[in-house]
Amino acid sequence: MSDALLSVRNLGKAYRDYGSEWKRFASWFGVTVRLRAEHWVLRGVSFDVAPGEAIGIVGQNGAGKSTLLKLVTGTLRASEGMLTVRGRISAILELGMGFDPDLTGRENVVHAAGLMGFPRDAIDSAMPDIESFAEVGEYFDQPVRTYSSGMQMRVAFSVATAFRPDILIVDEALSVGDAYFQHKCFKRIREFREQGTTLLIVSHDSGAVQSLCDRALLLDAGTLVKDGDPAEVMDLYNALIAERENSTVKSLRHESGREQTVSGTGEVTVESICLVDADGAPLDLADVGQPVTLRVRVTVHADVPRLVFGYMIKDRLGQAMFGTNTHHTRQALHDVRAGQVIEYRATFPMNFGAGSYSVSTALVSTDTHLVNNYEWRDLALVFTVSNMTRTPFAGSAWVPPMIEIVA
Amino acid sequence: MNEMLRAIWRYRHFILSSIRNDLRARFARSRLGAIWMILQPLAQVAIYALILSRVLAAKLPGIDNRYAYVIYLMAGMIAWALFSEVLTRSMTMFVESGNLMKKIVFPRVCLPVITAGSALVNNFLLLLASAGVFALVGHFPGPNMLWLPVLIAVNLVFALGVGLILGVVNVFVRDVAQVMNVVLQLLFWLTPIVYMPTIIPARLQSVLVLNPLYHLVADFQSVILYGRAPGVVGLAVIGSASVLLLGISLLLFRKAAPEMVDVL
Repeated sequence: MSDALLSVRNLGKAYRDYGSEWKRFASWFGVTVRLRAEHWVLRGVSFDVAPGEAIGIVGQNGAGKSTLLKLVTGTLRASEGMLTVRGRISAILELGMGFDPDLTGRENVVHAAGLMGFPRDAIDSAMPDIESFAEVGEYFDQPVRTYSSGMQMRVAFSVATAFRPDILIVDEALSVGDAYFQHKCFKRIREFREQGTTLLIVSHDSGAVQSLCDRALLLDAGTLVKDGDPAEVMDLYNALIAERENSTVKSLRHESGREQTVSGTGEVTVESICLVDADGAPLDLADVGQPVTLRVRVTVHADVPRLVFGYMIKDRLGQAMFGTNTHHTRQALHDVRAGQVIEYRATFPMNFGAGSYSVSTALVSTDTHLVNNYEWRDLALVFTVSNMTRTPFAGSAWVPPMIEIVA
Repeated sequence: MNEMLRAIWRYRHFILSSIRNDLRARFARSRLGAIWMILQPLAQVAIYALILSRVLAAKLPGIDNRYAYVIYLMAGMIAWALFSEVLTRSMTMFVESGNLMKKIVFPRVCLPVITAGSALVNNFLLLLASAGVFALVGHFPGPNMLWLPVLIAVNLVFALGVGLILGVVNVFVRDVAQVMNVVLQLLFWLTPIVYMPTIIPARLQSVLVLNPLYHLVADFQSVILYGRAPGVVGLAVIGSASVLLLGISLLLFRKAAPEMVDVL
């Protein structure tokens, strides 16, 4: 066995239809019965998680994310495969599960911590921390039915994270609560991580996945499609969302070494893309604040009623820096004919901080890529920004200030 | 089995606080609170006593207390209340805690323990109230009352054994709980609680004897009303059968537990 904290081998979960419940009862006693149907919601999933890793789990609804988490926490039993967990798991899946509305916050904390298997004295010694973290004031000794949903969630989060687990499972539950408390939650999650807690995060929010995780798993239709770098996985995930009939998703390896994902139905495709300076000379390296133009030449292979071009500039981690499209700028083209070649030129000042950036392009019919996705290309272009002429600064946005010192 | 006991011990705080919450939740925000727990069965006894005492009081041989029938009724009720509460609640406990079982990991075996615990507390309070009534009517049962804990334990194990099997099956076939509600009513009238077995025609007596509750209730009555020791052989038979039944039901429960969440 490896030193993995969580080891998953060929894990599968099936819901079985026995046809008759008698057959089900018989099967408990070793009788082999013929199943009427078997519905696999997860199959053949294997991965290892090392201590201290943060892993994002992404996938569309019904891809099997919740099933996977329930298998990991142990509420569901796997139908096949192996799952080994070393250490204590805490799940922030259903915050406030098991709260009794007629009990006070404090009583519910005791009860919920008991449900997590903690002895009374541990709960008592953690109580001051829980109370101060929740910040619900005197409501802590009021019945939970008088709480707002935000307050309930504060108390619930405080209990769920009162004791540092070895594996913390975070579902999108975190999207509730006000911004202040969300920051506090993320701070606590980060602290846990620094102390060696492994995170499993389920989210549709690519920002959260990319900023918190150092690995991501993409599930689709119950199978593990990809296990790798969050930015690459999120690109593939976006492509999968756009996947429709007779569209293709392919992964190419970009010269930078990262994987490039191209998807779409192919009516219109990007022919060439380049970044040029004010004189029209191609650039790989741009200075902060330098005026540049993004030139994208597209070819139309089949008639389309409406064509929108969009692009997104992302940083090294895949986080969106800036993006827009010709739908927003009211420059959508109508009744585009096959054979046409169109060049888009986007001129802008390079107001980014030093670093490596990528450009994703989209050729679509509306302002999202979910209706008609002709072509979606991640990592269509990679360029570097360097601070050659400006005063030194930190961060990825260039927002030059005028600093006055009034003494 | 050992594993189950360890899990119960580890989760004892949760079990205790669940029992407390359960009792509290039932009477939360009612003025009389926990008193309702005693008032309800007492009211039932009062109603039966009021309606039936004239009819049946004369049929209790060998007792000169004029409240004999009331005492007889309460003895039977104490036994029946525990049995029916444990049974009905075990039947639905998995379905009712479905959400909790789907979302949170905890030893499933806690659920029947909580059910049994809270029913025991209820039964104990009923017993206390009954003792008060007995004192009021000048009935002081003798040292054979010490048999009562044994009787209660057998009753509990029996009810839990039956209830757990029905509870597991009910997760997959929900008709069980519906059917059992009717069956329980029938069983109540097939057990000599409000009437004496002596008024039953001899032909039916042989059927009545097949009802295990008949023997259990009779033991309660002989201890509480007559101050006599229960039939030790009969009790031992029922007791060991109940333990066996509970063992089988726990086995079934262990087999079924992984699949339960799938259909909840």
